Amino acid sequence: MRFPPWLLSDRAGLVLLAVLVVLGIGVPVFNLLVPPDHPLHLTAYTVTLLGKYLCYALLAVSIDLVWGYMGILSLGHAAFFALGGYCFGMYLMRQIGTRGVYGDPVLPDFMVFLNWRDLPWYWHGFDHFGFAALMVLAVPGLLAFVFGWFAFRSRVSGVYLSIITQALTYALMLAFFRNEMGFGGNNGLTDFKDVLGVPLHADGTRVVLFVLSALALAGGYLLCRWLVSTRMGRVLVAIRDSEDRARFLGYRVERVKALVFTLSAMLAGVAGALYVPQVGIINPGEFAPLNSIEAVIWVAVGGRGTLVGAVIGAVLVNYAKTWLTGALPEVWLFALGGLFVAVTVLLPYGLIGLLRRREKAA
Amino acid sequence: MAVPLAFLVAALVGIAIERSVIRFLYGRPLETLLATFGISLILQQLVRSIFSPLNRSVATPDWMSGTILLGPLEVTLNRLVIIGFCIAVFALLWLALQRTRLGLEVRAVAQNRAMAKAMGVRSARVDALTFGLGSGIAGVAGVALSQLTNVGPNLGQNYIVDSFMVVVFGGVGNLWGTMVAGLSLGVANKLLEPWSGAVLAKILVLVFLILFIQKRPRGLFPQRGRAAEV
Repeated sequence: MRFPPWLLSDRAGLVLLAVLVVLGIGVPVFNLLVPPDHPLHLTAYTVTLLGKYLCYALLAVSIDLVWGYMGILSLGHAAFFALGGYCFGMYLMRQIGTRGVYGDPVLPDFMVFLNWRDLPWYWHGFDHFGFAALMVLAVPGLLAFVFGWFAFRSRVSGVYLSIITQALTYALMLAFFRNEMGFGGNNGLTDFKDVLGVPLHADGTRVVLFVLSALALAGGYLLCRWLVSTRMGRVLVAIRDSEDRARFLGYRVERVKALVFTLSAMLAGVAGALYVPQVGIINPGEFAPLNSIEAVIWVAVGGRGTLVGAVIGAVLVNYAKTWLTGALPEVWLFALGGLFVAVTVLLPYGLIGLLRRREKAA
Repeated sequence: MAVPLAFLVAALVGIAIERSVIRFLYGRPLETLLATFGISLILQQLVRSIFSPLNRSVATPDWMSGTILLGPLEVTLNRLVIIGFCIAVFALLWLALQRTRLGLEVRAVAQNRAMAKAMGVRSARVDALTFGLGSGIAGVAGVALSQLTNVGPNLGQNYIVDSFMVVVFGGVGNLWGTMVAGLSLGVANKLLEPWSGAVLAKILVLVFLILFIQKRPRGLFPQRGRAAEV
């Protein structure tokens, strides 16, 4: 097998892919084949946790594509993540069938509880896996396209754009909190039973979900890496460094921006869709502005404009979060806030930038 | 007593933040956004750790409680006082920017930093003082809010998105724009509320803003700049 040149020159990317392959093979082996009393056994909890990190990493990659390469700081990417999650959550809700508390064959529990008679129109079709999977891509993509098309066409940029993306996710959060929206309101969608006829909580399903997350991350990474190495990628960087000049040279800046923004939102949607079955719940809290901003910090920690850095940052920060919120819950917000400041002031190119500087010095 | 103290404390904290963090980030607005967000997280947690995560009740002074009859309307006195107070603060700020030496220097630095420096304005000092002034006013606004809502470590969080919206709507660097925007957004929100419910009203306002910014990407009263950048 021959690697295309854009991949061969990307040493860090090859390392990342190798790590993902090792994880993708190693985790199932240590979870399923190593007996539970063996010290090397991986618990189902760990598998799910790792899977969660991989979903976050994919979200981070999608942010890095627009921020690191195109210079658009989106403070609303978690909205696309959550939308993807909701789409898949709707499919999982429909799969519950008669096993809900109220045993209604069609309506999810919360609708019965609200005395709804019929399924709202936008819930139709979500009982088919294929349709739901399509929607996972289509809903965030469409929203991003419409939003991006209008925003970029009227040349909203810089801080203004960041703020309205934040308004977008904030508005969606408020909307999804409402019971009348038909997405479970405050509680969101939960109590999932199975996916494609397989029970969701079985060890095997969790491992499969983990492997799928690893594959999605690898695929998303490859797609982004390929994109930024094409001529289109050059245009992206040109837009980041001098939007006006790129426009004067004749590039349709707003079209490129809308297109890549849409692609990035779709990746975020996939990450969300894989995230939901692993954590078992999706609620409007996922739209919270803080989530989007945290995701941006993952990218900043790893180093923006590197893609690999986004993955490293997402995994490291989330590992720290899991550990700190467990061990010293008081300290976590200090640490996160400090991270914001330290990264922006001291490490504008993130950990990857630090490594590169070392390499050059040596 | 609380008002000048709030102003001083908030202003001092603001100056400290400007000197220690923001000053390294000029010219990188996106990073500034992130860094200040980080600082706000730290401050929130600080308050939570030092005081308590619970809300505090703030006593309303006697002369501010009670209601007053304005024709057929019954208006609570403390809200009237707050309205008057806001107008006073606004007037003072306007005077400070238009009539004092600092105000002149602030406007000079905002318009053309290099030229202001060449004329002998110590731009770093102006930066720090301006940031302090802004923080101080935010602190005073907090005092006014304490009469309306619960005071707790999360008080500020509810207003971040709103205050961003007001500035975006009014246009950066324009006091009148901010005033008009703040008032109209607030009034619009309240007018929509009985018709659509509080949450939906907020969503409608946000959606309106997202649409509005398409038409006027720099707000109602934009700062004039080079044509290519507008």
